[in-house]
Amino acid sequence: MNLKTEANDKLTVIFVREERLDAHNSEELKAEMNRLFEGGTRDILIDLKEVRFIDSSGLGVLVSGFKNASTRQGSLKLCGLQTQVRSMFELTRLHRVFDIFQTVDEALESV
Amino acid sequence: MKNKIDLEITVPNQTRYLSLIGKIGVDLARVVDQFHGDREAFAHHLNMVLTEAVVNAIKHANAADPHKEVQIRIRLSDKELFIRVYDQGRGFDLCGVPDPAFAPGQLEDKGRGIFIIRSLMDSVEYKKAKGGNVLEMRKRLG
Repeated sequence: MNLKTEANDKLTVIFVREERLDAHNSEELKAEMNRLFEGGTRDILIDLKEVRFIDSSGLGVLVSGFKNASTRQGSLKLCGLQTQVRSMFELTRLHRVFDIFQTVDEALESV
Repeated sequence: MKNKIDLEITVPNQTRYLSLIGKIGVDLARVVDQFHGDREAFAHHLNMVLTEAVVNAIKHANAADPHKEVQIRIRLSDKELFIRVYDQGRGFDLCGVPDPAFAPGQLEDKGRGIFIIRSLMDSVEYKKAKGGNVLEMRKRLG
């Protein structure tokens, strides 16, 4: 899976550079989030702007990260949702759970 | 005359084939004469339903055994799209799969796949078939 992680003074951003986030590759994103949390990172932003398709496994990994962050008094935020990806968050009501931003810059300004 | 299509695809019981199966759904949506709604949304929904149904067969019915296979049959007729996904496993109780909890404090990582399929298709059944089980999903067209 093609992931890029960048840390700055406000947030650690994981860029998901894949067209699909599904049962085949989403465990790698989970492992990256767990690696960051265990290394002391508290606040993570996932940039999904290159993702055109997310399935229930991909959604589940984001929920897992959200719960993990909450347990550690941290946060997991999302940005860059394409129309079809956002429609799956709405179908499963997860758009009410996550803080979702248009861009990385917008998310950084909110911190 | 509207187009009638019958596709049969068999893939190993491995998630690396999900993208291939999903893309077949996307391409199919683009050639269905019978459909008159939002074609991009329809293509995404077929990608979603096929992905979720095949993942269900791979992980839950076939217990992630890479030596097993998943067979997908897609039949397009005048009035409906009929998708069947065959597994070679012990199966599960479709009626026993609850809808996911929506409250933030009760969120589970798993359990949204069947909910998504039920939401996007008109009928969903799971039954015994030829050495395993079949998940049957129908969508009315036109």
